[in-house]
Amino acid sequence: MKDLNNAWCPGCGNFGILSSIDKAIDELGIKRENIVMVSGIGQAAKLPHYTNVNFFNGLHGRSIPVATGIKATKPELTVIVVSGDGCIYGEGGNHFIHGIRRNPDITVIVHNNMVYGLTKGQASPTSQIGFRTPIQVCGVFEEPFNAIAVAIALNASFVARCFSADIEKTKEIIKLAIKHKGFSFVEILQPCVTFNKVNTYAWFRERTYYLDSSYSPDDRIKAFETSLEKDRISLGILYTGFQRKTFEQNLEDCGIVYPVIRRKSNIKNDLLKSLKKNHSK
Amino acid sequence: MNSLNIVVSGEAGSGIQTVETLLCEIFRRQHYVFSTKEYMSRVRGGANTTTIRISDSRINGFCEKTDILLSLDKKGIERIRERITSNTLIFGDVTETEKNSFSIDFSKIALETGNKVFSNTVATGFILGLLNKDKEIAGSVIGSFFATKGDQVIKGNIEALNKGYLTGQEFRKKLLFEAHIETVKEVERELFINGAEAVGTGAILGGCNFISSYPMTPSTPVFTFLAQHSKDFNIIVEQAEDEISAINMVLGSWYAGGRAMVSTSGGGFALMVESISLSGMIESPVVIHLGQRPGPATGLPTRTEQGDLLFSLFSGHGEFPRVIFAPGDLNESIFLTAKAFNIADKYQIPVFILTDQYLIDTYYNIPEPDFSLFDIEYYYLKETDPSYRRYKFTDNGISERAIPGNSGFVCLDSDEHDEDGHITEDREIRRKMVEKRNKKIMNIAEIERFEPCFYGHENYEILVLSWGSTKNTVLEAISQIDGARLGYLHFPIIYPLPSNIDNFFRKAKKTIVIENNYTSQFSKLLKMEKGIEVKEKILKYDGHPFSVEQITNALKEKI
Ligand code: SF4
Repeated sequence: MKDLNNAWCPGCGNFGILSSIDKAIDELGIKRENIVMVSGIGQAAKLPHYTNVNFFNGLHGRSIPVATGIKATKPELTVIVVSGDGCIYGEGGNHFIHGIRRNPDITVIVHNNMVYGLTKGQASPTSQIGFRTPIQVCGVFEEPFNAIAVAIALNASFVARCFSADIEKTKEIIKLAIKHKGFSFVEILQPCVTFNKVNTYAWFRERTYYLDSSYSPDDRIKAFETSLEKDRISLGILYTGFQRKTFEQNLEDCGIVYPVIRRKSNIKNDLLKSLKKNHSK
Repeated sequence: MNSLNIVVSGEAGSGIQTVETLLCEIFRRQHYVFSTKEYMSRVRGGANTTTIRISDSRINGFCEKTDILLSLDKKGIERIRERITSNTLIFGDVTETEKNSFSIDFSKIALETGNKVFSNTVATGFILGLLNKDKEIAGSVIGSFFATKGDQVIKGNIEALNKGYLTGQEFRKKLLFEAHIETVKEVERELFINGAEAVGTGAILGGCNFISSYPMTPSTPVFTFLAQHSKDFNIIVEQAEDEISAINMVLGSWYAGGRAMVSTSGGGFALMVESISLSGMIESPVVIHLGQRPGPATGLPTRTEQGDLLFSLFSGHGEFPRVIFAPGDLNESIFLTAKAFNIADKYQIPVFILTDQYLIDTYYNIPEPDFSLFDIEYYYLKETDPSYRRYKFTDNGISERAIPGNSGFVCLDSDEHDEDGHITEDREIRRKMVEKRNKKIMNIAEIERFEPCFYGHENYEILVLSWGSTKNTVLEAISQIDGARLGYLHFPIIYPLPSNIDNFFRKAKKTIVIENNYTSQFSKLLKMEKGIEVKEKILKYDGHPFSVEQITNALKEKI
């Protein structure tokens, strides 16, 4: 990796997330050349620049479709989306919903700091009601986007929440998410020390708790209930339902034969034949 | 040359499609057939007309002249009023107050065979009887058309066909109707396809293995064609949640080694524009089939226009290169679409295929294309080592593209980046990257031999210009003008413009451009790129294609 000038503020929660991801990759023993990180725009989206992997740092909000296209075309790659709440839940909200429905075998890690950092402190889709910013001068009045509840409602195949300061625990969950076949969604609560003076490290510490062994993540109703808790915030794997077929498995069932890159046979005769066959229908 | 124009007019969902398909399938085994349809943006009840032209020679222009009108509902005549002349024979659902019109109740005849649903086959039989056509071919076409419906249905339809045929023969005798179109043996082996199938065929030929799109008229048939062929040719097909997702999946696919495309129109393409700019920045190949329809906004969803030339040329913020093809006929649609994949891959740029509703929905027969004229070219690196740099500076601006999964990391960034793909604001790198991206297509017109197609008089005085789908209609119009020395320059490649075109203009005393739009976008392009001024313009923007008659008349006025 090049010695890049890291653009994050000292003390930012992003550092913890970066080391959790790096450790998870190393412990899983996946060759880094077979990993692609896809990100959008925002502070979180710069993460791939600070580690050693292939990456596609594309447009704001669009990383899930890009990752879907990569995974479908070359399934042997491990594809990880890393971006922020504004990118995935705001600009890319539609892709978040339909990505879950499509269920490609990718891991989607969303840094949730409840604020826009890169553009200097406006509200994000997860900012809390009353949160004041230079734009939201009377405070935010929109209901915060509950991505975990939405993901469970859509029957996402793996839904987890972590806290960036708990590097070890976060790492373990990321490992499970990467290993999981299907759309694995990991939201990581991440304090923004510069623009969010409300949702601080202490604020998160006070409210978060880990789901214990009595919690069974295959109970969708319970998971949904847990995702709606108001006074405390659960951490861990909230929901991992029955095994859903991945997008790539569905493609194979529909006749796609991997690898799709580079056609083997000469198609010209088949093409002519099939154009002629068209007429007899 | 003998040709006969039959117009079938009816309501959407009323079976007009069965009549047009059966007639085309029967005729195309014996004659040159051209067929085009126009329809309202409604699933049922809207007005549809299909023009079927049969001929003993290969002519594929759209003619307004209506020899026979087959009216399948009360409004059948009103729909094409302006195309009816004193020579038009009208049959079907009409009140006989109209000149040369004959009321025939096809459903009643169908009922005699036991079922009203056969009325479309009766109407088909009627036309065949009127024209004294071979019934055997019709029988075999019906057999395969209704093959999945079972023997009873086939039997009923054959009976209906015969009844219609007899009625047609009666009218033939009564009216002393004569229309002799010579049978052509060769056509039997030919293909009968439309523009959408030609673009789809070109995509497969070009090695397309991934398409993601969002349905939007008139571009959807290309998407459908590839879906229908996805199993045979191993093509990943996914309907995206929106056009933005579609093009981003496609960019992801190229990154992972795919050859991917989108098929879109109007507002759908507008949504993709930011991602076109992304492809410019990350230097990703991408192929965009843009089926034009009249805008702005929703415009006329099912109609035709050449209104997006400048939009596609300028789509995407920032400065980056692109190539735009605008095929004028089926052959060009096949080979330019195939070529689009090679060019996109080689230069790592977006390549557009600009069609329109008219081209997409127009069928005619073509000889078997010689697919051996084209070969898929792959330009990405199979192996890399850790020294690999995705955006390495080179003389021609093109750096080798690698696919992730090798020891050299492949890093792309939509931010300005350095040779490794890492974000940078270094002024020197920025300057060099801008130059690198933009010089990639320097001299592409010479290297790839982009040429216009010239037709007509070698020593022309008047030069007619057009681009895209108007080609066949202009060609036919020009062939009908006597007494003027006309040259015709058709542009299947509109950006970058072929480099040698100045010569063509030097010889001309007058130039006339023909475009299916209001602002004459092609002449603007000529002015901007080449400093060539075209003063005479024939423009049409009512949502309908030019006809041979319109162009002939307009040209006569200008000459
Ligand atoms: S602005 Fe906030 S989120 Fe961005 S780097 Fe600084 S602390 Fe982290």
